[in-house]
Amino acid sequence: MTTTTITTSPGAGAGSGSGEGAARGRTVDGPKLFNRLCAVCLTLFALIWLVPFFWALATSMRSDGSITQKPTSPFAGGWSFHAYSYAVDNYPIGWWYLNSLVIAVLAVVLTVGFCSMAGFALVFLRFRGRSVMLALVTAGLMLPTEALVLPQFIEFRSMHLLGTYWALVLPSVSAPVSVFVFHAFFKGIPTPLIEAARIDGASWWKVYASVCMPISRPAAATVGILTFISSWNSFLWPLLVLNQTTSQTIPVGLASLVNNSNIQYAEVMASSVLGFLPLIAVFLVFQRQITQGIATTGIK
Amino acid sequence: MTTVAATRPAPEPLVPSGAAGSAGPPASERRAGLLLSAPFMIVYLLFLVGPLVVGIVMSFFNTTTVRSGLGGWVGLSNYTKVCQDPLFWNAMWHSVLFTLLTTPPLVVLALAAAVLAGRMRRGRVFYRVAFFAPYVVPSSVVALVFLWMYTPQIGLITKVFGAVGLPVPNFIGSTSGGWTAVVLMTLWWTFGFNFVLYTAALQDVPGDVYEAASIDGAGPWQQIRLITVPLLAPTTSLVLILQILASLKVFDQIYLLLGGGPNQSTRPVIEYIYDTGFTSYRGGYGAAATMVYFVVIVAVSTAWYGLRRWRATSDATSSTTRSGSSGRASGPSSSPASGPTSSAA
Repeated sequence: MTTTTITTSPGAGAGSGSGEGAARGRTVDGPKLFNRLCAVCLTLFALIWLVPFFWALATSMRSDGSITQKPTSPFAGGWSFHAYSYAVDNYPIGWWYLNSLVIAVLAVVLTVGFCSMAGFALVFLRFRGRSVMLALVTAGLMLPTEALVLPQFIEFRSMHLLGTYWALVLPSVSAPVSVFVFHAFFKGIPTPLIEAARIDGASWWKVYASVCMPISRPAAATVGILTFISSWNSFLWPLLVLNQTTSQTIPVGLASLVNNSNIQYAEVMASSVLGFLPLIAVFLVFQRQITQGIATTGIK
Repeated sequence: MTTVAATRPAPEPLVPSGAAGSAGPPASERRAGLLLSAPFMIVYLLFLVGPLVVGIVMSFFNTTTVRSGLGGWVGLSNYTKVCQDPLFWNAMWHSVLFTLLTTPPLVVLALAAAVLAGRMRRGRVFYRVAFFAPYVVPSSVVALVFLWMYTPQIGLITKVFGAVGLPVPNFIGSTSGGWTAVVLMTLWWTFGFNFVLYTAALQDVPGDVYEAASIDGAGPWQQIRLITVPLLAPTTSLVLILQILASLKVFDQIYLLLGGGPNQSTRPVIEYIYDTGFTSYRGGYGAAATMVYFVVIVAVSTAWYGLRRWRATSDATSSTTRSGSSGRASGPSSSPASGPTSSAA
């Protein structure tokens, strides 16, 4: 929309301008040229940004011999999926996937459920402790939870939750940001709608479940996707909590390959590709919701 | 159970307000409010507020991570030891150095790319995908790919450095090379986040501002410099603080690429806490270090909230059209965030 006005305006300006018409005539192509230059720069920049993906992909399909001989020509040597079958056979990648998936799905379901209920209560209901809760949750936004691993570890150990899925699910449910996404969304729902439902005799639970939640599908999608990604990608906490090889998640499992000083480049790259492919797929499908979600949670 | 306890004393204040009008919430509303917020609040209090309290308590004991129980009371001695430990302050400095190295390029590059992408009529989805895709990749995968590209002699990035004529740093073995490696990788990995924040903000800039400017004869460069960048100022301050807070939390990249090495010369503060707690098993000491680190983080965020609130009020008083619109953009977003925070802190 903005770009259209920019490109059409020099023409309009030249038409209406009387005295400077000649002077501006020379610069008519200026903005166009500028835009084209911008496009070239930006596209180049974007292509550079994609290089690591293609590099990993290309390397993963080569043989180790051809990699050490001609490292920077990704198209030398035959293509094969040998490295993938090797990675799948030698690392418990299937387990890692399963663990990551179970944890992420549990986290998404609980986060969307609990945080939407809390957001609903904060927006529409007046109850005792509401302002205390609001203050607590807002203050929680400032806490860098990454640094809390030590007391968290002690607490989870005393609750005998270490090594279980719950140790990973519960901390990600207690994310104040998710409450605020729902809070912001519910605020946009007109109160007459809620009042009408109440007058019709709907209970508050019913108002939440059958009036508000269906409207709030975008907010639920945002929170769900962002929770999924952050749960899937979290590294330090699962590293501490899950200590058996088969109970690890994808990021922790793959990290054990980092320090192996592994010279089997193709295998390592094949496992990295396996590590990023599902997320790239999720991202490509939901990229609009994800970027909107980032915008809303960031601007908060 | 909490519901019963909390609703019982409430009816008394309800009577006068109910007589005055419709101000008093009925019992069903209060009960529903507590029931609906209870699941989240229980999890939140147990697993976010809980660890914080445990951490504060732990920091006064010589708790070890290998045995259960708190250990003996040591008072403030953990804190004095932390404050006197040069290794802690080195780690602190490494986190700050990382923040200083990454914040300017991550903000400026994101702004530049978003402004350019905003001028494009087509292909915005492509740019968004290209720049944001790395952000969804797990850090260990990013580290695996970058370690391979940093490999001496055969890695892609080492080759590029050589081809451009730059001296090839020892990416993994030397301190300066290590910082270069970590910063480059972080740039690639997280740049898309800021880019998305900026593109979202750009969509709110009304098109007629540009129209008016180009009628006045402003070229594209002038439009960017005099209109787009100033209008994005509230977003820039937001991106800046989010970036600073995110960078101060650095752990994954440095741990995975360098393990804090060579010789702990890049070890960030979270890795220091991790090391004291899980390698030396000094839980209480690590908790004290956590609290000192928290004070820094909270100070940074409160300073920002304060600044933002001060700016919002000064914007509201000087009600010119432009500052009025930017005040509106930051006003409603800052009020729910800054209000309760300051009352809680």
